[in-house]
Amino acid sequence: MDFATIIQILDSAVRLMTPLLLACLAGLYSERSGVFDIGLEGKMLMAAFTSASVAFVTGSAWLGLLAGIAGSMALSLIHGLASITFRGNQLISGVAINFLASGMTVLLGIKIFGLGGRTPALTDGGRFNEVTLPFADALRDVPFLGPIYSELISGHTILVYVAFALVPLTWWVLFRTRFGLRLRAVGENPASVDTAGVSVTRLRFAAIALAGILCGLAGAYLATGLSAGFVKEMTAGRGFIALAALIFAKWRPWSALFATFLFGLLEAIANRYPNLDLGIVTVPSMFMNALPYILTVIILAGFVGRAIPPRAGGEPYVKER
Amino acid sequence: MTLMKSLMAGCALTTLASGAAMADPALIYDLGGKFDKSFNEAAYAGATRWVEETGGTYKELEMQSEAQREQALRRLAETGANPIVMTGFAFGDVLNKIAPDYPDTRFAIIDMVVDQPNVQSVVFTEEEGSYLAGVMAGLASQTDIVGFIGGMDIPLIHKFECGYAQGFKATKPEGKVLINYTGTTPAAWNDPVKGGELAKAQISQGADVVYAAAGGTGIGVLQAVADAGKLGVGVDSNQNHLHPGSMLTSMVKRVDNAVYDAFVAGTDMVPGVKVMDLAAGGVDVAVDDANKDLVTPEMQAAIDEARAGIESGAIEVHDYMTDNTCPVQ
Repeated sequence: MDFATIIQILDSAVRLMTPLLLACLAGLYSERSGVFDIGLEGKMLMAAFTSASVAFVTGSAWLGLLAGIAGSMALSLIHGLASITFRGNQLISGVAINFLASGMTVLLGIKIFGLGGRTPALTDGGRFNEVTLPFADALRDVPFLGPIYSELISGHTILVYVAFALVPLTWWVLFRTRFGLRLRAVGENPASVDTAGVSVTRLRFAAIALAGILCGLAGAYLATGLSAGFVKEMTAGRGFIALAALIFAKWRPWSALFATFLFGLLEAIANRYPNLDLGIVTVPSMFMNALPYILTVIILAGFVGRAIPPRAGGEPYVKER
Repeated sequence: MTLMKSLMAGCALTTLASGAAMADPALIYDLGGKFDKSFNEAAYAGATRWVEETGGTYKELEMQSEAQREQALRRLAETGANPIVMTGFAFGDVLNKIAPDYPDTRFAIIDMVVDQPNVQSVVFTEEEGSYLAGVMAGLASQTDIVGFIGGMDIPLIHKFECGYAQGFKATKPEGKVLINYTGTTPAAWNDPVKGGELAKAQISQGADVVYAAAGGTGIGVLQAVADAGKLGVGVDSNQNHLHPGSMLTSMVKRVDNAVYDAFVAGTDMVPGVKVMDLAAGGVDVAVDDANKDLVTPEMQAAIDEARAGIESGAIEVHDYMTDNTCPVQ
């Protein structure tokens, strides 16, 4: 394995981890506020569909992005209405969102475009193009650092840089602002937040709205950044891998970056080496693809430091009388 | 009064027609849906051609969920539709179960073999069409490295891979075929993002022609290949129009011909296995306006030579599914 190959694999890992990272941060906001969200997959799927549709019709990736956020946000609000306002079971609401998105996208797709649930392929304006950072071409020939800068760091779509920037931002919001303190408190002990005179409902709605925006970015990245259009069920389980990454990261932003990078890297290696020859054993790509889940189970079982979810997670808040 | 007359005439006509409708053929589309721009749509095209030529009518049904298969088949059989044609290997088990219950109805299943006395099993020799695609890839490749990206890792897709590899090796014996499968679950058919990443990984290893036999995943593969300025090979239906100038060809399966033939034969359809091979026009490589500039006279000659060889038996293309091995790697 030479240096260029390593750069290519890392480059692929960055592309693959971005939707995971965005969805993982979405789950982070939601679950830190005490609302479990297994509807990440459905929201991403809906966002992918709306963004691809609008980007195709208008020819603008940015309008597509807005539509993606709107599509994902609509499902977020349904989730909020069911599980916060009406105190329904959060897991069931999440499952319902996944089914709803999976059915609605195909139904609308067939109705609008008549392509069996696909949207037509997006042309140049409808896609997010790769951004070449300043001096990327000039520095290409610098040994070692040149390829890292021009191949690995430069040449991604704008949403990748947004996703990476969101990690420190999320950390700052959660741990350095009053909003973040309240958000975390409402996920641990909503009664105390309520006693302090802060609305639990409003905080939780704010959290799932943030989750909606982030899932919208993730879905738009899948449909208009990585590929050129929507294909039915194109999220292919990434929402669930993001959930696994969230547990792996123990609900912390910087760890989420690490976890999603690890999962992206595993997939990139599996893509590059269908049968990874390690000298003694040959590792099939199926094993590499299963590894994120295996690692998550190990973490959940408490072998490598215990993953403890927010204490009030999954329970609707009922004001005491 | 005139209105009354024509109404009554209309009624009489309907009664007559429903008598004839006893032998209306039926077509069931699989989960992909009627307008999937691929497999099912090809079946629809075949049925449409039959309607245009004979003026007949047929019943059709689109599957909405996995649980409907048996119900749908039974309902059509009980309404007297005959023959009943279904697209896709997924109907295999259900058909095997219900075919004995309707001995007077003829069934045709595409892409699967069901051994019942009233079933016609239509299979395609994908390895032969893929062989031709492999020959074209071998001649088009500058680097002598080509790629294959399959959808779900099942023997049927290995059949495509193996035929392609044989055709390529026949042209470039020292060349290399990079092989990737998207996954081992049905989700592998609809993951264009992963398809694109696999294509990029193969391109970075030097592949300059990539063959995608991966359903919706293939859309992502062909997109990534076109973005990188390399050549893609489509599958099932003619996908050359997706990226004109960046599509070397498409390996087409003439599902429309299979449906058309079944409808024309009607209740006289011969049960047993019907092989739609290269000679019977069941498989082919598509050449149209979108890719004609890429097909050099030299390439066309090579295709014709390979085609003649396969049809005469001089070239024997190994079918992966007979022994689950491939002679070339």
